[in-house]
Amino acid sequence: MDPITGKIERLKAQISETEVELQQLKAQLARLEALLSLPSPSSEAQANDQPTESSRKWTWPLEEEEYTRYGRQLILPSVGIRGQLRLKSAAILVVGAGGLGCPAAAYLAGAGVGTLGVVDGDTVELSNLHRQIAHNTARVGIKKADSLIQYCRGLNPEVRYVGYGEHLTPQNAQDVVSAYDVVLDCTDHPTSRYLISDICVLLGKPLVSASALRTDGQLIVLNNPPATQGSADGGPCYRCVFPKPPPADSVVSCGEGGILGPVVGVMGVLQALESIKLLAAGTGKENYQGPGEPLTPSLLLFSAYSPTPFRSIKMRGRRSNCFACSASSMLTLKELKTGSLDYVQFCGVTTPINILQPGERVSATDYKSILASGINRGSLLLDVREKEHFDIAKIPGAINIPFSTFQTKSRSTSNGYSAHLEWLPEDVSSDTPIYVVCRVGNDSQLVAKKLKDLGLDRHGERFIGDIKGGMKAWKLEVNQTMPFT
Amino acid sequence: MTEVMATTTETTVTDNTSKNDDTPTLSVIVEFTGGLEMLFSDQRRHVLSIPTTDKSGKPVTVAYLIEYLCENTMRDTRKELFILDDHLRPGILVLINDADWELEGEETYEIQNGDNILFVSTLHGG
Ligand SMILES: [Zn+2]
Repeated sequence: MDPITGKIERLKAQISETEVELQQLKAQLARLEALLSLPSPSSEAQANDQPTESSRKWTWPLEEEEYTRYGRQLILPSVGIRGQLRLKSAAILVVGAGGLGCPAAAYLAGAGVGTLGVVDGDTVELSNLHRQIAHNTARVGIKKADSLIQYCRGLNPEVRYVGYGEHLTPQNAQDVVSAYDVVLDCTDHPTSRYLISDICVLLGKPLVSASALRTDGQLIVLNNPPATQGSADGGPCYRCVFPKPPPADSVVSCGEGGILGPVVGVMGVLQALESIKLLAAGTGKENYQGPGEPLTPSLLLFSAYSPTPFRSIKMRGRRSNCFACSASSMLTLKELKTGSLDYVQFCGVTTPINILQPGERVSATDYKSILASGINRGSLLLDVREKEHFDIAKIPGAINIPFSTFQTKSRSTSNGYSAHLEWLPEDVSSDTPIYVVCRVGNDSQLVAKKLKDLGLDRHGERFIGDIKGGMKAWKLEVNQTMPFT
Repeated sequence: MTEVMATTTETTVTDNTSKNDDTPTLSVIVEFTGGLEMLFSDQRRHVLSIPTTDKSGKPVTVAYLIEYLCENTMRDTRKELFILDDHLRPGILVLINDADWELEGEETYEIQNGDNILFVSTLHGG
């Protein structure tokens, strides 16, 4: 299907879906209007004692329909009518409309918060849908913030929704966040995590933070209670727990590391739960009295494949020299807005690897010609992606030696590397070229370099190099009919 | 608790009389999560016997354990993913018996027999 036809199909699907939604809204409106014109049973009974006009008036604190909609949670001691009214008067901001934000926003909308804000500058992609359950196939290509709100509105139209189709930045953070009572960090990068924490400290908002990767998840409620900078009564902020960002190279995204849908889903649902607990108890409101006993901050660890999947860890309080929340902190709203804090620089950027000489790198197209010409008959192609990638699709004839095995120490030898050469066929001649391929062309350079350092190039007798751009380039230039993961 | 203390004292005494063959050890459970397990043979839980004292005869601390893990348990050459500038790399939390190590004295915490030490790499995905 060419891109234009695909887009037309998507638009058609989107239109028909929106029409259904419109019908639902009309039906709902009709129901509500009908309710207004009908005398309620109670007003019949009371008609004799009271003037008709006022007796028809619904005088209870929630709307009539809301008693039905929220009835199942209303009767819980932890919510009750007070808690429901607090939820209804609360404004919650979900930053990130992805794997965490989708379930979190859905449950908050369902629970009847007053205002739900959604911040995300990205658009829906097909690879999101296995976990970002509020989006759908027809909405691929539209803004995630809009898509999530569309889903939530279908779930509960009583909530007021505010979409921000842009990323949170030091410049817009104050304007966006100040209108809310509680913030959920559902983003996927350290830069946004530090920024969200800082603005929450500056504006005094509790922050419900979660993250997930592969089959693990983490959850922590920060800046709770949200005392002013320097107050020891406040809960720790993200910088108290992680004063220094991890090296950029050690940060693995869901795109690189993979993620299991229900794992990130569990964490997003837990974020909604923690937010409901905070709001129903009255946090963030003027009448907030604080819990009976002092809060011990805790970090919840979830490991899907562990025999004990949930573990709660007692955490430290505020750090006395914290950059953001301590008495000595120089962090101000003004400083944040003027951009004197460079979050990208603070967290570091990964520099693309470029350690091979141009002559040691062949393009995917060139490698295809080399194969076809038969010049390098019997050359070796090492695919250093992890086994899962290799099992999905590979170049014919490639040998899979995952990158991680090249990082393994050998117990038997002093130099520690000879054990990795077991893959090298014994009958291979000393000038057989070795090509290395990986996913996008970084690891392949590292491995090619390592093989040279081990002397496998026999002082230039044997060619060792990599395929530039990896399997991604192979798909793009040579074989479009193969999956790329 | 008393039993543990007694054992520790007793083994320390043994250390003075015997030589290296019979180095007294502490049994600890070390766990890795958040991706760190990949540096340790893809194994999340390790039951280890580590010496009770360091070279200078002082009781072993978490700092000692970190170095010990790098030298003896790690099967990956990318040491920098665990230690950076002689300290634990930023972005790794240490939890001693389910409490943040900052509540226990961080690197200076003296390891007790039976301790559970958990290393957690922070996740950022969402
Ligand atoms: Zn702090």
